[in-house]
Order: sequence, then C-alpha cells, then structure tokens
Amino acid sequence: MTKTKGRKMWDYLKLVVYGLIAVLAAIAASYARDLAYGVHAILVTLIATGLFVYSLKKVGEPKVVETGYMDGPVRVGVALTAFWGAVGFLVGTFIAFQLAFPQLNFGWAEGYLNFGRLRPLHTSAVIFAFGGTALITSSFYIVQRTCGARLWGGNLAWFVFWGYQIVILLAATGYLLGATQSKEYAEPEWYTDLWLTVVWVAYLLVFLGTLMKRKEPHIYVANWFYLSFIVTIAMLHVVNNLAMPVSIFGSKSVQLFSGVQDAMTQWWYGHNAVGFFLTAGFLGMMYYFVPKQAERPVFSYKLSIIHFWALIFLYIWAGPHHLHYTALPDWAGTLGMVFSIILWMPSWGGMINGLMTLSGAWDKLRTDPIIRMMVVSIGFYGMSTFEGPMMSIRAVNALSHYTDWTIGHVHSGALGWNGMITFGALYFLTPKLWNRTGLYSLRLVSWHFWLATIGIVLYASSMWVTGILEGLMWREVDAQGFLVNSFADTVSAKFPMYVVRGLGGVLFLSGALIMCYNLVMTVLRAPAIEADAPAAAPAE
Amino acid sequence: MMDTYSLMRLFADSWVLLAMFLFFLGVVFWAFRPGSREIHEDTASIPFRHEDKPAGDRD
Repeated sequence: MTKTKGRKMWDYLKLVVYGLIAVLAAIAASYARDLAYGVHAILVTLIATGLFVYSLKKVGEPKVVETGYMDGPVRVGVALTAFWGAVGFLVGTFIAFQLAFPQLNFGWAEGYLNFGRLRPLHTSAVIFAFGGTALITSSFYIVQRTCGARLWGGNLAWFVFWGYQIVILLAATGYLLGATQSKEYAEPEWYTDLWLTVVWVAYLLVFLGTLMKRKEPHIYVANWFYLSFIVTIAMLHVVNNLAMPVSIFGSKSVQLFSGVQDAMTQWWYGHNAVGFFLTAGFLGMMYYFVPKQAERPVFSYKLSIIHFWALIFLYIWAGPHHLHYTALPDWAGTLGMVFSIILWMPSWGGMINGLMTLSGAWDKLRTDPIIRMMVVSIGFYGMSTFEGPMMSIRAVNALSHYTDWTIGHVHSGALGWNGMITFGALYFLTPKLWNRTGLYSLRLVSWHFWLATIGIVLYASSMWVTGILEGLMWREVDAQGFLVNSFADTVSAKFPMYVVRGLGGVLFLSGALIMCYNLVMTVLRAPAIEADAPAAAPAE
Repeated sequence: MMDTYSLMRLFADSWVLLAMFLFFLGVVFWAFRPGSREIHEDTASIPFRHEDKPAGDRD
C-alpha cells in the first residue's frame, strides 16, 4: 500500500521537476545573451515539455516489476552507436575534403559549416557520440552478464542513456553555433559540462550498484576497466572544466586556470581521455567480446590483472608529452615522455593477451569475419601504442608535432582500434539482443572489413608521408640559416596526400554504411531463434 | 613554511612514489600468489555463464 503511494508521489514529483525545468528554460531562452544559449534553452524547454506530457500520460498506470536483464537501453544504444558512427565518419570525410578543396567551405554557410566549426563536431561525434554511446551500451550489457544481475537502479539506466544523448545534442549544436570553450575534446560550455557531471554520477551509481549486487564472487576484468574509465573520466572532466560563466544567461565562460597551468591541465585531461575513454573503456570491450566471439576464456587472467594496474598507474602521467618545447618545465615534459615509453609494456601485454586468446582457434580467422575485425583492431591497438610512445620522445616530437603525422597516429588508433572493436561488438550484440540466429549476411561483414581496413591504410600512410614531409619542410634552412619554405609551400605540397586521405575516409564510411544496412536487415529479416523451452517463465 | 607546490613535489617524488610502486609490486605478487590459478580460471570463465538471464532466474 505504502509502496503504491510512494510510486504516486514519485510520479507527481517527476511532473513537477519536468514542469519547472520547462518553465525555467523558457525564461532563460527569453533572456539569452547569445544564439547558442537561446537555441539550447529552447531545446531544453522542448525536451522537458515532451517528458512532462509523456509522464502525465503514464500517471496511474500500473507498474510492472521487470525481471531478467535490462536490455532496452542496450538495444537503443546499439542502433545509436551505428548511427553516430555513420554521422561522425561522414563529417570527418567531408572536412578531409574541405582541407583538400577549400572551396567546400561554402560562403553561404560561413560561420556554421566551415572547417573550424565542423572539426570539433567531427571529433566529438566520433569520440563522444560514437565511442561514448558504444561504451555506455556495451558496459550495460557486459556488467549484467558478468555479474549475473539486472542493472541496478531501475530507470536510472535510461536516465544515463538519454541524459548522455542530450549532452551530445547540446555539444553538437553548440559547436555549429559557436559555443565552445576552445579546449580540445572538452569544447562544450559550462552548462553542458554541468549536465554531463550529473549524468556521469548517475552512470557511476548504476555501474557500482550492479557490481554490488553481483552473483559472481569475483569482478570480471572487463568491469575493472569500465570502472576505471568511469571514475577517471569523472575526475578529468570536473578538473579540466573548472570555469566561471560570464552570465547564467549566456554560453560564454572563463577558465579558472590560465597560462601553462591551463595547458597542463588540458593535456592531462586530453591524454587521459585517450587513455581512459578510448583505451581503458574499449579494453573492457576487448576482454569481453573477444573471448565470447572466440568461444574461449582470455589467454591469461593474471596478465589481464597486471595489464590493468600497470595501465592505470602509468597513463595518468603521460599528458605532458603534448607540451614539449613549450612553457612547461623540461622535467615535466621528461616525466610525461618516460611514462609514455614505459606504457609500451602494459599496452603490448594487453595486445598479446587479446591476440593469444585465439590460440588454438586461429582457424576461426578464416571463417569468421567478426573475429577478423577484432584481431585487426587489437593489431591496431598494438601499432598505435607503439607509435605513440615513439612520438612522445622529444627528438621525434620535434619533427612530428603540429604535423599531420599526429592526425595519422590518432586515426590509426581511433579508426583501427576503437572503430574495429566497436564494429565487432555491434555485430556480436545485434543477433543476441534481437534474438536472431545470426547476422543477415557475413559476406557484407567481409566487405565492411576490407573497406575499413584499406581505408585506414590509405589514411595512415598518406598522413605519415604528408606529416614527415611537412615537418622536414618546416625545418629546412638554407646556408645563411633562413627558412626555405613558406607555410603555403607545405600546404600545396600536401595536396595529393590530402586527396588520398579523403578517399580513405570514403572507404571507411562506405564500410560503416554497409554495416548499418546489415544490422538493420539482421533485425528485420534474419531468422529468429526458435524457443524450444516453454515460453512462460516459472514464478520465483 | 614550504609552498604547496614544493610540498606536493616532495611527496610526489619520494614517499608517494615509493608507496605506489610497492602497491603495484604487491598487485603483481598477489596475482601470482599460490592457489590463484583456480580462482583465475573460474573468474576467466565468467563470460560463459548467465548469458541469457541473471543468476537465480534459471529454472
């Protein structure tokens, strides 16, 4: 009796909160000092109003206590990961061609669709929309299976999921309208940052709550990686976004740190976004999906424990290697460089662990294009974690910094490692989540595999060539010690490589579109698994 | 009285460094402790249990 009363109270409380948010956001919209803020306030008003109407309709409906795994957010997450991937790759391919053909910065769209506005849209779309949605989705799937428990917190998981999508919406529209605090990979302005903090704390609660009620005595290693990803991102996000808004009715804010402290905080954040978002989180995926797809446990569980602790102990110090030859003290740069180089060991330990999981099942590489994708992904993990420490060495960095080599390095990691392992995960998850016997077409997976792989090869190799070319041209001096080349000389010399890079992007994008088609057809057309057990679940 | 920076720096390159390094070594030794093999084998096979429904839900 009291329980239903409590539910009713909760329903009314929700209505009050949604109503308040809608009204306050509408007021904020009318006071907006800039376009981005106004548009965002209107978006928030619309979302809150929609939620108000939706909840109003549901008041008094009897609540069903659901059992089993909570796969609703995972299903939506799989679809949205594929969608964001396609969007992010499309924007990336377009801006690649903008660099090759500046005419694509259309005069009529100046200030909205030029390279400067689209570039953060691309990076955030692939890292935070595609990668972030993939991480939240896969963590919800994996933590339930490896704990033998339903997600903790009921609808809190839905809040985390849609709350994160609202962050993406605010960030993406903000970039196009000029709301940015100009910190790489941390561009969203103060109110988006605050909202992400709320969502992230809820995410941590859902994840920890599920771990607490686990039925397995031990916490599987994938969850360790996910947990370190969630905790560290919370810390990085809060510290790097310490800012004071100029007005609560405007999107502009002022950073609390300045000068070299700000730069160091930014790259402590930036490199650990790579280390804990794009590495630790995705290693969580690797440690679950690779054993599942290979149908054998991870090669060495001991190695995975050492991999985990070594990785998190070392990564956090590597950031200063982004600031060689700046105002940052030399000792800090050396520290970052040394730790980056030591990182070789855990990274390669992890790569070996992932690859050797296939030992005794190497034949699957011939028959299973999904496992092939995962293996290539781990290969790129090894390759980019070799290249990265090398580039962090001061002498190498003197040549590579500010050149396209960095862009190539990032993309071999992002397209190769993060992209491929996510594709593998999506191909694994879709038949499971929609109860299908298998994918619609393995041939299309093979097409995707080859298009993506060749795309990455074109991308990385063209960027190596143009990066080293540009680095050498910048430092070339004549007998009198004058610089030989102007900046524009390097730009024209890079043109052919820029076109090749764009073509690589086209191949990678077409592969992703084929994947989207294959996944949709799997849901619509692939045969369902016949239930041989009686459909009704016994009472508990 | 030392300023905060110097004090933190002092901690960072002495006792805290040592403590973290020892903790890490402890983790490695813990992973290789006698009798850990069965536990690790059991833990490594977690992904192959409870695929379709939570533990305790099965009939």
